[in-house]
Amino acid sequence: MKLALRYSALLAVLAISIGPFLWQFATSIKGPNEDVFLPDLIPDDPTSGNYAAVADVVPVWTFALNSLGVASVNVTTNCLGAAMAGYALARLKFQGRRLAAVIFAGSILVPFEAILISLFLVMRGLGLTDTLSAVVLPGAIAALNVLLLRNAFLALPAEVEEAAIIDGANAWQRFTRLALPSVKGTLVVVALFSFMFSWDDFLWPLVVLSDQEKYTLTIGLAYLQGTFVQNQRLVAAGTIIAVLPLILLFLLLQKHFFRGVGEGAIKG
Amino acid sequence: MTHRPYTPWLFLAPGLAICLMFTIFPFVNMVVLAFTDASALGGGRFTGVDNFVRMAEDPKFWVAARNSALYMAGVVPPLVLLPLLVALLAQKAVPGIGVFRTAFFTPVIASAVVVGLIWTWLLDSRGLVNNVVEALGGTRIGFLTDSTLLLVSSMVVTVWRGLGYYMVIYLAALANVPKDLHEAAMVDGAGPVRRFWSVTVPALRPTMVLVAALSAVNGFRVFSEIYLLSGGTGGPGGASTTMVLLIQSVGRGLTGEVGYASALSLVLFVVLLGLLLVTLKLNRREEQL
Repeated sequence: MKLALRYSALLAVLAISIGPFLWQFATSIKGPNEDVFLPDLIPDDPTSGNYAAVADVVPVWTFALNSLGVASVNVTTNCLGAAMAGYALARLKFQGRRLAAVIFAGSILVPFEAILISLFLVMRGLGLTDTLSAVVLPGAIAALNVLLLRNAFLALPAEVEEAAIIDGANAWQRFTRLALPSVKGTLVVVALFSFMFSWDDFLWPLVVLSDQEKYTLTIGLAYLQGTFVQNQRLVAAGTIIAVLPLILLFLLLQKHFFRGVGEGAIKG
Repeated sequence: MTHRPYTPWLFLAPGLAICLMFTIFPFVNMVVLAFTDASALGGGRFTGVDNFVRMAEDPKFWVAARNSALYMAGVVPPLVLLPLLVALLAQKAVPGIGVFRTAFFTPVIASAVVVGLIWTWLLDSRGLVNNVVEALGGTRIGFLTDSTLLLVSSMVVTVWRGLGYYMVIYLAALANVPKDLHEAAMVDGAGPVRRFWSVTVPALRPTMVLVAALSAVNGFRVFSEIYLLSGGTGGPGGASTTMVLLIQSVGRGLTGEVGYASALSLVLFVVLLGLLLVTLKLNRREEQL
């Protein structure tokens, strides 16, 4: 009895959580003659035609490629650059280490929205507005990831490296062969959250991009809705294209997602 | 010597360059520009506190500041409480619980844009929610056309999207609540409601403060939900606009007023920093108790 109550409550929250996605999916496969306003989850005349049709009105696959490119670069630069900086902060002794740590910690405290306009001016100064480079650069090596990896490197026992130092390994060799493989777990978290953050980012691409060919999926979708709000099936198909890769990634690697929330709770 | 003196700086160079060029420098520049009349085309003279005087007399600023504050006040209580209840529900390892936890987290990984578009569709005047309202004998509600209802609808979307995220934080904290506390309370004859208030809540206080702080900061800087639900307009006559919407509409484009937008950004920064400091202080008091 108590168990039945618990399951009913779980099912209720389940319906609230994924119901809207199912409804959106149902809309995206409804045929042209079906009423999209009727609350039926199973269409009478399911079709994949809306997915082809959405590509006719906006270059949705170009948007998806742009998003994929930006996210891939973001993952690479964050994993490598943040690991390098984190390693230096955790494992190398040098003058100015405190200063470097303060710069990264200070960067975390600056909310992105507060430097939005100023950052746009920087990009214009560099001649990068309306390029995908401008979309990537500000988050290419996030300070939060530097500190996450610094903590991961700090947790490694010192003996591991001492042996390598005696063997004459230089700092780069110790970093790539010993330290980096030991923080794989944290690297996966950094990679996943960099991908998700970049794939989902909206405000910055909206401000820095204006040429439709360079749109990422998020602003492409907002544009699609603004233009084709009359045909909700197309907008629904577009949102499914945007959300499906992340859902698949999440289903494959969900443990790391949950860990990432715990470790990176500050990232908003 | 384990490394050359410049080696650490080679490791740090990419990360430091990105942070200095794209966070620290823009931040300093924003603070400086806040005291000038710079336009999108550059230039700008030092104008002292003129931008802030103008702000005090600008009704748009007050609308945006009020809406951001209301938004924060509106989303913090449900985001502190509801994910905790969901976490309590999802905590016990009953069969199939993994599927439920995964499903509850799905709205978190979907982008704010996807979520915003789905809810725009659900809350449309002809949408699913209104169909249900009508079927129940009510009249259709202008969720997206009335400026107050638009704000409330956006808050609902924010809370819906935050459920899974904060649930995970609570689940981690719940795993650390000592079992014997519950057992002792049970021996004393405390029912589940009583145990919730006298064992779970006190043990989770620091986590609740953290969740309150995170949701307050994110609430005050809301952008995507309002932008999407209002179709980019900030509501009828801009009456549902928030601080970040105002900043990007004032500062963007060829007619952008960079100086004034920077002053607005500085106010946003000070408020968010203030929220952070209050949280730190509360946390410190928790530790001393």
